[in-house]
Amino acid sequence: MSDATRDIETLIEMMARLPGLGPRSARRAVLHLIKKRELLLTPLADAMHVVAATARECARCGNIGTTEICDICRDERRATGELCVVEDVADLWAMERGQAFKGRYHVLGGTLSALDAIGPDELRIPRLVQRVKDEGITEVILALNATVDGQTTAHYIADQLEGAGVRVTSLAQGVPIGGELDYLDDGTISAALKARKSF
Amino acid sequence: MEWRDQGAVLAVRRHGESAAIVELFTEAHGRHAGVVRGGAGRRMAPLLQPGAQLEVTWRARLEDHLGAYAVEPLKSRADLMSDRVALAGLNAVTALLHFSLPERAPHPVLYRRTISVLDMLGRSELWPLAYLRWEMALLEELGFGLDLSACAVTGTRDDLAYVSPKSGRAVSAEGAGEWAERLLPLPPEMLGAGDGARENVLAGLGITGHFLARWLAPALGDRPLPEARARLVDMLGRTT
Repeated sequence: MSDATRDIETLIEMMARLPGLGPRSARRAVLHLIKKRELLLTPLADAMHVVAATARECARCGNIGTTEICDICRDERRATGELCVVEDVADLWAMERGQAFKGRYHVLGGTLSALDAIGPDELRIPRLVQRVKDEGITEVILALNATVDGQTTAHYIADQLEGAGVRVTSLAQGVPIGGELDYLDDGTISAALKARKSF
Repeated sequence: MEWRDQGAVLAVRRHGESAAIVELFTEAHGRHAGVVRGGAGRRMAPLLQPGAQLEVTWRARLEDHLGAYAVEPLKSRADLMSDRVALAGLNAVTALLHFSLPERAPHPVLYRRTISVLDMLGRSELWPLAYLRWEMALLEELGFGLDLSACAVTGTRDDLAYVSPKSGRAVSAEGAGEWAERLLPLPPEMLGAGDGARENVLAGLGITGHFLARWLAPALGDRPLPEARARLVDMLGRTT
């Protein structure tokens, strides 16, 4: 195998490790990139080079950006006193896509998990408590996944913030938009019923 | 190889992009893992939360293979998510079973008691007492049962007031004598009496916790007890 072929094989192997791609789809993607060298391959390589050099976690909230403090934390218009706690950066991006939340975020970096020996100190929970004290936060919104681990973490955070003089809320749980009752699991229906509101 | 059984989910780990390795506590096959295809997907993930009860079919080419589960939901325990103490109870049950049970060794009696305590979580005020008795059953089932039938010193069956932290045997008030301070106070709830007062349940959990840490954990390689149990005890203490 020539060096060039080996380089392409290495690229295919690397691409195959990405989520959503396997060896065959990685091979197709690499072939496509090579065919569109000027249009895709070179700009992609440049963009990846830049991101590799500049991407970093925000020192305040844990979001990913290119500066020490991310754009959201630097934006004074977002100092509403509301802090939305999410598990992962992907969750923060999902919330931002919705454009409904105008406050700031705090990314925990996971959830408490006995199985994986992840305790409060492995997450950014102590930092969250400190932010609530330092930044004049009036409401902490727990936007954690509706899983056992997610809700265990939410209850733990609520405990930690007890007595901090801050309102702690969580996202509603229940019937999703476009959802049909017939297809929902018992737990979701039960949660939706508990959280019913006047109509 | 193929069998059908019922089980409660103890732990779920993502496997690849869409599958999950699910560890169940089954009635006839004990703690048993298997792959659930699509288990990490949007349709299946809500069914595979710890504590959920499933009807499963396990298939593998050979018995010692990991195998794959086909699952049907029987009972979700998602309604506990809004009750922080009950959720802590669920976490303690699943974490202790994951921690202590050997793989593929059936414990049908403990299984039935586990389902019973999971069913009580958040639905009855007496669930902390049921949880205490479940921990006693766990110790018993794994060969570390407490002997609370008679006083280790005098042999009497009356007036049992302490447990020896070394032998796990009951001691009467008379038998304890000047050693009483070194013994663990025995609440009536551990003898099948009492009204399940929170301080008595906590005293009982102090005893079972002592023997889980002193007897069970060393037998399992001296790993620390799951943090989830300590969180439950802490929470029960604060919500007295």
